[in-house]
Amino acid sequence: MELFSQHILSWIIFTPIVGAALCLILPTRWSRTLAMAASLITLLLCISLYATYGPAAADTPEARQEVFGVQYGDMKHVERASWITGEKFAIEYYLGVDGLSFPLVVLTGVITFLSCWASFTVKKAIKGYYILFLLLETGMLGVFLSLDFFLFYVFWEVMLLPMYFLIGVWGGPRKEYAAIKFFIYTLAGSVLMLVAIVACYFFSASALGGRGTFDIVQLSTNQSILQKFSDPHTLLLGFRFAPFMFLLFAIGFAIKVPTFPFHTWLPDAHVEAPTPISMILAGILLKMGAYGFFRIAYPIFPTVAREFAWFIAAIGVISIIYGALCAMAQTDFKKLVAYSSISHMGYVILGLAILNKTGFQGAMFQVLAHGISSPMCFFLVGVIYERAHHREINRFGGLWLTMPRYSSLATVGFFASLGLPALCGFIGEVYVLLGTFRAKDTFDWAVPMAVIAALGAILTAGYILWMIQRVYLGPAKDEYKGFPDANRNEIGILVPLAALCLLMGILPTHTVFNFMNGTLDLLQEKIVASAGIVGHLASSIGM
Amino acid sequence: METQFKILGILILMAPLVSAILSAMLGRPLLRSRTHWMVIIGVGLSFVCSLLMFGLLNPDVSSPVITIYDWIATGATQNLQTQFSVNFHIDSLTTVMLVTVTLVSLLVIIYSRDYMRHEHQPDRGYERFFAFLSLFVFSMCTLVLAGNFLLLYLGWEAVGLCSYLLIGFYYPKPEAAAAAKKAFLVNRVGDLGFGLGILLIYLRCGHLDYDYVFGPGLIQLKGYETAVALLLFCGAVGKSAQLPLHVWLPDAMEGPTPVSALIHAATMVTAGVYMVARCGAIFARSEPAMMVVATTGAVTAIFAATIALAQYDLKRILAYSTISQLGYMFLGLGVFAADAAVFHLFTHAFFKALLFLGAGSVMHAMGGIIDLRQLGGLRKFLPWTFVTFVIGSAALAGLPPFAGFYSKDLILVQAINTAPVLGWMAVATAVVTAFYTFRILFLAFCGPTRVPMEVRPHESGIWMLIPMFVLSLGALGAGFLFQHRFSEYLHLVQERFASLHHERFSHEFVAVMSTVLTALGIGMAFIFYIQRPNWADRTRVLAGPIYTLLQRKYYVDELYDLLFVRPLRYLGRICFGVDCYVVDGMIWLVTGIPRLIGWTLRTLQKGALQGYGLTMALGLGILLLFVWFTQP
Repeated sequence: MELFSQHILSWIIFTPIVGAALCLILPTRWSRTLAMAASLITLLLCISLYATYGPAAADTPEARQEVFGVQYGDMKHVERASWITGEKFAIEYYLGVDGLSFPLVVLTGVITFLSCWASFTVKKAIKGYYILFLLLETGMLGVFLSLDFFLFYVFWEVMLLPMYFLIGVWGGPRKEYAAIKFFIYTLAGSVLMLVAIVACYFFSASALGGRGTFDIVQLSTNQSILQKFSDPHTLLLGFRFAPFMFLLFAIGFAIKVPTFPFHTWLPDAHVEAPTPISMILAGILLKMGAYGFFRIAYPIFPTVAREFAWFIAAIGVISIIYGALCAMAQTDFKKLVAYSSISHMGYVILGLAILNKTGFQGAMFQVLAHGISSPMCFFLVGVIYERAHHREINRFGGLWLTMPRYSSLATVGFFASLGLPALCGFIGEVYVLLGTFRAKDTFDWAVPMAVIAALGAILTAGYILWMIQRVYLGPAKDEYKGFPDANRNEIGILVPLAALCLLMGILPTHTVFNFMNGTLDLLQEKIVASAGIVGHLASSIGM
Repeated sequence: METQFKILGILILMAPLVSAILSAMLGRPLLRSRTHWMVIIGVGLSFVCSLLMFGLLNPDVSSPVITIYDWIATGATQNLQTQFSVNFHIDSLTTVMLVTVTLVSLLVIIYSRDYMRHEHQPDRGYERFFAFLSLFVFSMCTLVLAGNFLLLYLGWEAVGLCSYLLIGFYYPKPEAAAAAKKAFLVNRVGDLGFGLGILLIYLRCGHLDYDYVFGPGLIQLKGYETAVALLLFCGAVGKSAQLPLHVWLPDAMEGPTPVSALIHAATMVTAGVYMVARCGAIFARSEPAMMVVATTGAVTAIFAATIALAQYDLKRILAYSTISQLGYMFLGLGVFAADAAVFHLFTHAFFKALLFLGAGSVMHAMGGIIDLRQLGGLRKFLPWTFVTFVIGSAALAGLPPFAGFYSKDLILVQAINTAPVLGWMAVATAVVTAFYTFRILFLAFCGPTRVPMEVRPHESGIWMLIPMFVLSLGALGAGFLFQHRFSEYLHLVQERFASLHHERFSHEFVAVMSTVLTALGIGMAFIFYIQRPNWADRTRVLAGPIYTLLQRKYYVDELYDLLFVRPLRYLGRICFGVDCYVVDGMIWLVTGIPRLIGWTLRTLQKGALQGYGLTMALGLGILLLFVWFTQP
């Protein structure tokens, strides 16, 4: 029992691997059952972390402190063991969870389980599929839970490889192209990240006097490291260290998010990937980029975050508008959803950039809300692709008549993505906009950005409603008359997602904010404090 | 007292919500054609509770705020409210709205029992219709009961959603699908301003509770009143279909007629009026904002009324008339006559719902025909509908002693005395209104029968007639009965709008004048459509381009298509083109570099002997030349 309770995070990460190993050994006809079981157990383990964060609902300052710690970096369920130790370096097996990673871990559990369920459409080479699928889950959970740079990088790459094969083998007609594009893009990002990790290690060595560190928490909280990093006289290849490193990390994460102009892999990858993989791609993989900003780029280089806030915010706003406009021009249903992802993730970047609490909370909420609504939308597309074998929006029409149950659920999903109040998409957008407005004393560009971002809401409504009109409404077409309504499996996957959309929209505090605000506030305070923002700026930015 | 209000408020909201959920879930498998009972009970309960609340409320005591539960908390720390609650603000305005909304809803739902059953309806949809209608009542009551701007916004969007779903009720019809989308999108444009207005209030005041914003918060809003008021007004313009966002309402008539009666005439579209009246404290502090509200109202009133002159679709004429009457209400709000505006909202709910239900009865009788050119002489076939339609028309035209007369007059008096230009525009509108209203009546119910051969008109059943009778009573008596009591009851609103007027034109003068003018309008309609039917055609030919302009609704739809819809679609395509060729092209360029290097190196070692030989010869030659020249 002790082995279990003290190593809960390791159990979470490696349960899928155990499942994968069993899949490998046991006959193919058991693969699906095994994978379902493994992902279900992982989900339950993820949810069991709730015991740690449940009391935060009390919301007294003491209860918050007890749960979220007194400063950023107070992790729960920490597991530390030295892994590779040399004379000059110490790489650790270092895991921990806090209010930033906990919701993402649960999201990973939920989405992976549901997309494993959704994999009933996959008929080819099942064994290999499920093994890679479970391997992917390990990679994703590892990224969210590891606190050592080296370990983080290892998991980051572990996740990349199965994804490559899952798209490249089980994908659509242009799968090889899409898989290679995805792979090269992400690899380019992670190589830049690797360079930055190594550089951070060497420069932290000179800050600490001797041994450097890969410890993410230490890098982001140790005063002398932060000072060394942000010192304008710290140069690397003639460039100021902090902006240079921030740029490397930011490109790596921006590719993952993805933001304009690093987003072109996403539509291709989504269009070619099989439905369950699209769900994971949209639901979790994109969130790693956002997580990277929150966990690494921002806390370690707070001064840069402050200095280039306008630039990051502009990228966010461009993604919002540009993604929405591109989505409007789509005739491929899945590409439309893919571009809408780019647009929605733009809010995350904007919320981050403005560096206040409301913005951070909104960005993180948007991450989670999009993590629920976009897999739902991709699955909805998958359901009709299964039946129609095409995704041309203009060829559809009148699906509501033939598939009423499916279409009703589709309305929930797409309206959540549209940002209708009382559904999950609304809260994140409003928080980000509110935060951006509030930052007007700190950043004089905040108000125009907020107004442009708000305009995005009209464009979003435009392309989604137009799509609903063309696909679901209108007279029933003969070629779709015989389509069966959503079957039991499909209902089973869609209903929990729809319920989550509603729950997060109606009770955002009780479902999300209570579990992360503690850490997010600490993180924001830390960033603002160490960005050297003083005087009234600090107080207004701290709102 | 407070617990009573709390229980009543929760019941008013929960009864329709529960009945909506139950009829959605049980409707198809269990209740089927009995679904309406579920909703009648739910909305009926809501109506009874609203009446009780109306009875319990003492309008002289400052209104209680009742908190139900905490909704969201933001990470705010300094002087900003961090907790948003679901709370109710209950005052005389709230109770008046609640009673109006639930009463009209109840009547329309009873009416729909027969209408939806027989009306060209495929086998499914009956329960869906009632579930949506019930959901609408819930949303509208949320909007009205809300005690803070966030909840108001939630209700605001929720009624918009219900409207979307119900306009698109006959979704297999492409026009209905397009109309639903248009309604939502146009409203979204207005809501953008509305949302920004709420954000601005929050940033200035730090609170969103009405109690705070309309109390101590007003000082913090100083200097921003105009901005806040105008932004909020954007939302009202969208929801209440005022210029320039009126385009969605006529198209919304694609929905079932009871929906047009309830949502697009009596209740939801008046939400904008309600909201401006509610925020009267902010609006009244800004002279320019009030001016904008009044001007928008007056211009919209005459604009829509003139369009109504040249239309033939019975329901669309009524829709333009709704836009025009809403214009009156905004005019009233803008000239500091909020009580008159709300009074007009109240009476309008009766007579406009009545007219729509009458139109529904005609459609029902005629098997869906709604074009005035195909109707005529229906008086013989639909005697009861005719009687109620006459009452409704008289009330809309503003004949005494019908309801519309009293409320419209209050607005006219105030408008003429405070903003003469707008006031006279409103008077002119009254003539036009009388004309087009009786044009419908004469064309549809009088004159020779133009009914196509295959249609056999028949009077509607008792389920449809009783709601129409009840509404007729309202259209007949609501004005006369409440003319004095109403503004007394609403005096809280009245107080906020400090009355400015110095009477140049007395109340009596305006009343007599408007009656005479209305009679004139009716007389003209009588001459044109009963006595000399060929005059109408002759005028149409004479008026040529003007007639076409009116008939094409001033080409607003075409203009918007040209200005916004097409450019945005093109922009979308351009962006996608940029994405495919420029952004992605850059990537190809970057990936081209290693390819180029690879290609170059590869050609150097293809394994072809000739190539190697040539390279060796060339290399040797270069080397020899080099040695030759460097040799001393």
